[in-house]
Amino acid sequence: MDALALAEQLRPVLGKDAVITDHQRLRTYECDGLAHYKVTPALVVLAESTEHVAMVVRACAAHGIPFVARGSGTGLSGGALPHAEGVLIVMSKMRRILEIDRDNQRAVVEPGVINLQLSREALPQGYYYAPDPSSQQVCSIGGNVAENSGGAHCLKYGFTANHVTGVEFVTPSGEVVQIGGKAPDAPGYDLLGAVVGSEGTLGIATQVTVRLTRSPEDVRTLLAAFPDTDQAGAAVSAIIGAGVIPAAVEMMDVLAIEAAEAAVQCGYPQGAGAVLIVELDGPAVEVQHQFDEVEGYCRANGAFEIRIAADDVERALFWKGRKSAFAAVGRISPDYIVQDGVIPRTSLPSVLRRISQISAEAGVRVANVFHAGDGNLHPLVLFDDSVEGEAERAEAVSGAILDLCIQNGGSITGEHGVGADKAKYMPRMFTDDDLDTMQLLRCAFDPASISNPGKVFPTPRLCGEVPGRHKGVHPLAEAGIAEVF
Amino acid sequence: MADVLEDLRAAVDGQAGGATRADTVAGMPARWVARPGTTAQTSAVMRAAAAHGLTVVPRGAGTKLAWGAAPEKVDVLLDTTRMDALVEHAAGDLICVVGAGRPLDTLASDLAGAGQRLGIDPARRGTVGGAVATAATGPNRLHHGSVRDLVIGMTLVRADGVVAHAGGKVVKNVAGYDLGKLLTGSFGTLGVITEVAFRLHPAPEAQRWVSAPVDSADGIQQRVQAVAHSQVVPSALELDRSGGGATLSLLLEGTVPGVEGRTAQALALLGDSAGSSDEPPAWWGTEPPSEHGVLVKLTHEISGLSRLLEAVDGACAATGLSARLRGSAVVGTALVGLDGEATGERVARFVDHLRRRASSFGGSVVVLEAPESLKDGVDVWGPVSALGLMRSVKHQFDPERRLAPGRFVGGI
Repeated sequence: MDALALAEQLRPVLGKDAVITDHQRLRTYECDGLAHYKVTPALVVLAESTEHVAMVVRACAAHGIPFVARGSGTGLSGGALPHAEGVLIVMSKMRRILEIDRDNQRAVVEPGVINLQLSREALPQGYYYAPDPSSQQVCSIGGNVAENSGGAHCLKYGFTANHVTGVEFVTPSGEVVQIGGKAPDAPGYDLLGAVVGSEGTLGIATQVTVRLTRSPEDVRTLLAAFPDTDQAGAAVSAIIGAGVIPAAVEMMDVLAIEAAEAAVQCGYPQGAGAVLIVELDGPAVEVQHQFDEVEGYCRANGAFEIRIAADDVERALFWKGRKSAFAAVGRISPDYIVQDGVIPRTSLPSVLRRISQISAEAGVRVANVFHAGDGNLHPLVLFDDSVEGEAERAEAVSGAILDLCIQNGGSITGEHGVGADKAKYMPRMFTDDDLDTMQLLRCAFDPASISNPGKVFPTPRLCGEVPGRHKGVHPLAEAGIAEVF
Repeated sequence: MADVLEDLRAAVDGQAGGATRADTVAGMPARWVARPGTTAQTSAVMRAAAAHGLTVVPRGAGTKLAWGAAPEKVDVLLDTTRMDALVEHAAGDLICVVGAGRPLDTLASDLAGAGQRLGIDPARRGTVGGAVATAATGPNRLHHGSVRDLVIGMTLVRADGVVAHAGGKVVKNVAGYDLGKLLTGSFGTLGVITEVAFRLHPAPEAQRWVSAPVDSADGIQQRVQAVAHSQVVPSALELDRSGGGATLSLLLEGTVPGVEGRTAQALALLGDSAGSSDEPPAWWGTEPPSEHGVLVKLTHEISGLSRLLEAVDGACAATGLSARLRGSAVVGTALVGLDGEATGERVARFVDHLRRRASSFGGSVVVLEAPESLKDGVDVWGPVSALGLMRSVKHQFDPERRLAPGRFVGGI
């Protein structure tokens, strides 16, 4: 049986609106946030319940048809790229918040629930959901679970994996299992730890139990301007070295600032070679004390202007430049690649110098935006696709930056995931034995390899091996409904 | 079997020999002990074991070797204590890489010099590898997360001797499957952990404990909820309770002025009889005593605490046993030590009583440790969700059941 025959089988059960086979409509789902990889799925199913998902997966398993789960489709590694002969299971209709359980500091949600929506629901009770990928206005919790999403504030609060305490999960054989719950330490293997961040290759989460975090009593944010990134980096080292763990420490270099100014007129200090945004939160008495320390470290390391947000409006203004940086780069370059690599934080100055060397040698501009507190770099490699050879040079620079991350003991991805895009880089970071051992887990869950095949592990090429290339501004960002981090 | 010992010795540079009477795992005696000094030697031990069809149980300091069910057979005890190097401590990056055999206390002193700590503080201070393999929990888990949240990279040796790495040396990293989490708490049944990379935290400038006696289960529940929803943000909140009464104690950590201000708030939350101290209560971070050595681990939803306490009281009344409970109330874990005239039958009934009420407090009941005489007829792990998937994982990693067969859930 192929996917079209499967559609005929599913339609009477799921309803005709839930099963899409029309080519034009299928094309709506041909890519996720990494828009240059495109595959039209054979069939799209809009799931409305766990039973729907299980039924579709069981049918896929029975006939060896691949399936890919998709949330809001904001991923930046092609993790939700469809399979041409497979079913794309769209989870965004499953968007009920089932429970805000304040007494247990937990929420139970369906996977299509939007990240920010959950925090908004919990806020009146004094709680929020801590992981905050900057697509949080539009990305789904289910997608966050698949990718183990981070965000600016994970320096202090951790990633999705640290906040998910349970999932209801459909295995690739179509069985529904409960893994974890509201209580910790369910007896047995930590399957939850295995599933979160497995990029949809082990099955589909159909219900997610998450930890809610008490809203902090106080939040204070400063913006510091430095002559260059070396001094900004030294300030970060001084802050962390003093034992302060800010909620977030973000850095932008001169080119990223230029782009942000052009796009959103954020009004960052004139002449800055680098800006730092440092945010502290927690009990008011602690925040006040540490905030003064942080300000001191910034000045001691050459900050020539420090602004302190007086209120939420000013805080939002500080963040506006930072959060718009990716899309803003579209204003100063027709095309760009968003890279996501990690280095040990203390290597930041030397790695940045090396990146600027690589950039100069290749004649390719690189704007740097990063989560400085945890060494997560987002170099934006700028090029013009209409100039012959520029795209190739940009790709070479982008790859060289990843190699630099690996040489410095870092990682090829800190939060965007491996997906379809970086599977080919995995052997640079892991040995064959490492990858083989990871695949044992895959085999345990999905021996027939039908759950999101072709992702994470090196496989036959999809759409050529072009690294993450963005054509101008992402449509979601342009429409103002998403910011790309 | 002389050739076995010969092969083991060849694998570990002569560091292998016959087991002694002390070399037992949950009462099951071992035949040989091999002490590899490196990951490569660990791999050689696993290959030798495979060649001879031997079962292997990894051991660190042995402080938790009696936990879990008795393995079906223990041919080789693989002692990790020679792999005790501090491979790397990058203080500026707040990470370290350490051999599985390094004692937790040694690591703590390594880090203290740089004003840092590893947020793992179990009562049994064995090796790093043992803490990871058993996912040992302590008071500071509330602040720093559990063991699996602090493991950022791991080197492991598979049952077939293949050496694999997962994760890395940076905190933020989503490349590949997180095998470190899968191996954490796997009780040596999926692979031998030889090296672990951890995320570290700065040691606080100031610490203060605020404690109060509390009489009823409801009173405990009310105060725990009050603290949980407050802005004092404790690093730990611990409960110590016996038939005679209970004490709640919370730990505040931070800057000197910060801790001072929060102490005043915490005193108000815990009521008139609360007091504060620069020293922890004597029982802080220890296991509840049990004259018989019976230790039961309970988990619960945060708001299920009073129902859990009622269930424990009910189990005591039904069996004539008495229980001392120590737990991390906002994490949702507790240990119970049993006293009184214990028999295997009574322990089994105690556990059964709790398991039948487990849905009321939303958690699980595991017999962590008990002497063989009292374990008879007790299902130590109890019911397990998603057991089929777990068996499948075990089958992929260790198809011949070479590693600690029978020690883990469902006879894995």
